[in-house]
Amino acid sequence: MHAESQIREPLILGKKTYSQITDDIIRPVEGKANKYWYMLFTVAVLTFIWGLGCLSYTIGVGIGVWGSNNGVDWAWDITNFVWWIGIGHAGTLISAVLLLFRQKWRLGINRSAEAMTIFAVMCAAIFVLFHTGRVWLDYMLFPLPNQFGSLWPNFNSPLLWDVFAVSTYFTISCVFWYIGLIPDFGTIRDRAINPMVKKAYNILSFGWGGSARHWSRFEEVSLVLAGLSTPLVFSVHSIVSFDFATSILPGWHTTIFPPYFVSGAVFSGFAMVLTLMLIVRKVYNLQAYITVKHVEYMNIVIIVTGSIVGVAYLTELFISWYGGVEFEQYAFLNRATGPYWWAYAAMMTCNVVSPQLFWFKKIRTSLVATFILSIVVNIGMWFERFVIIVPTLCRTFLPSTWNMYHPTFIDIGIFTGTIGMFFTFFLLFSRFFPVIAQAELKTILKVSGESQKEEAKHHAHEPAPTHAH
Amino acid sequence: MAATITKKIIHGIYDDEVPLLEACKKLKTAGIKIKDVFTPFPIHGIDPIVGVPRTRLAICAFIYGLTGLGLATLMMWYMMVSDWPTDVGGKPNWAYYFNIPAFIPITFESTVFCAGHGMALTYLLRCMLIPGASAKNPDPRTTNDKFMIYLELNDEQAHKADAILRSAGASEVNYKGTVTEKLAY
Repeated sequence: MHAESQIREPLILGKKTYSQITDDIIRPVEGKANKYWYMLFTVAVLTFIWGLGCLSYTIGVGIGVWGSNNGVDWAWDITNFVWWIGIGHAGTLISAVLLLFRQKWRLGINRSAEAMTIFAVMCAAIFVLFHTGRVWLDYMLFPLPNQFGSLWPNFNSPLLWDVFAVSTYFTISCVFWYIGLIPDFGTIRDRAINPMVKKAYNILSFGWGGSARHWSRFEEVSLVLAGLSTPLVFSVHSIVSFDFATSILPGWHTTIFPPYFVSGAVFSGFAMVLTLMLIVRKVYNLQAYITVKHVEYMNIVIIVTGSIVGVAYLTELFISWYGGVEFEQYAFLNRATGPYWWAYAAMMTCNVVSPQLFWFKKIRTSLVATFILSIVVNIGMWFERFVIIVPTLCRTFLPSTWNMYHPTFIDIGIFTGTIGMFFTFFLLFSRFFPVIAQAELKTILKVSGESQKEEAKHHAHEPAPTHAH
Repeated sequence: MAATITKKIIHGIYDDEVPLLEACKKLKTAGIKIKDVFTPFPIHGIDPIVGVPRTRLAICAFIYGLTGLGLATLMMWYMMVSDWPTDVGGKPNWAYYFNIPAFIPITFESTVFCAGHGMALTYLLRCMLIPGASAKNPDPRTTNDKFMIYLELNDEQAHKADAILRSAGASEVNYKGTVTEKLAY
């Protein structure tokens, strides 16, 4: 068996056995939800319904009910799209990239992070689907045979690449998530007493049995899907950044965009995972599996990606000055000191300054501080997308087209509606699906469990056994 | 008339994966065929002992990926070059290679799409994991914390296997009826 250094802290706290792990993780699915769940769910559903109302109003009246105008034709819609897609990236990063790097701490959080990815991409999809104006014609985004003559989408356009990238990303994420869920559904099925519940989970489990052959294939599929998802996740946000970078607008037309967007995405995604995980571990009593060490690891990723984002901001500023193009210089001056200076200031504070606080061990191991900072980071990342889009578009080449952008209550309603939708789906997920990949988590008990670590420590202090032959 | 042989079904149940691996090794040395092993999680290193061959799913994924690559290329060539060479900024696509950098992202996405979905579907079908299929584990405790060696053996071998299973530390050895197999000539 793979041995792990004694210096590493255990990833499963308490003296757990295999059946205790099953109990701890499956019990919330089997039991009744507590009143906090119902309270949160009610708020989430009401917000979701409010958002649906605003979407219906947009369909009925037209896209003019949004604050977007002739100059600022992309505004909250694309800001929110990029924000949600970015949040989604952490799920794939945790489950795919950390799998390839054999990081065992991913197993406490990968399931919920993948669920988060799927729901975040769904929220993002709402904005791109509706910002076309006539959502009922959105099938024309796809290269379908049609009655309009030889009318095909333009494959030279990054906007079309985005359609392919986001839809591939969404379906692959769903597949990855579900393949991992199958063994856990099998466990719920085998424990279920109520025949209706048993039947439902039997259908979901696809008849999983856990035979050695199936596990061998399961591991291969997980590994190859991780290998495929890793370049996929980088491609998705790179392509999202191409939507801007391939244009000729000052402030958008920069080659730094793909790495800058990808690290920003991971940054905000990890922050959202932390926000959710800190609630989940408390509500479902999973402190033994999502430990302070897990939180610390995630905070370290936040320092790294946050610093990359910070360096990208400063590089942009430096290059706009050093490059000597007046239009570029004005674009950045306008961002920092123009009418939307407050958005720029919020972005700089939340994204560049706040993650640096995690250099202090006391802060990065404090759950309250982490919770607050994780929300601060996501506010900052929302402002980053706003700063890239709105101040750039409100001051383009032709001063006669300059105008301000103000969100309408429909814009705000749709955005809060997607937050409601996200939490509605996440709460339903945490109610009916196991929030931790319990089958895979059991594989690290012998290596990273607390009691096993202690046992190994005792052995290390004993004199080496002498072999008599 | 084909001759038949009746075999006993034996479930060797273990509380931990270490004695299970021990038992598997001993059974293998004794020349007893292990029909299957059911465990709550994947156990590393068990495949060669139980005789599970290396899966070829990754090869399938590669072939599906190549298919996706080919389909995307064909689609974009047809739509952008053959059917209607769209003129963007005075640069019509007269040949595929003129504009190949612009076609790379979608070629990549399509490769990943086909490889991922094709492999997942193949995996599910190969394991007969289908919505509504009945549970494949003979003992429901094996998805929780029990580890099972599943054997189908004739009387003489069953006797030998029973002793091996118990000596390796089986918490239970259950006899679950018999199966009748046709003898192969």
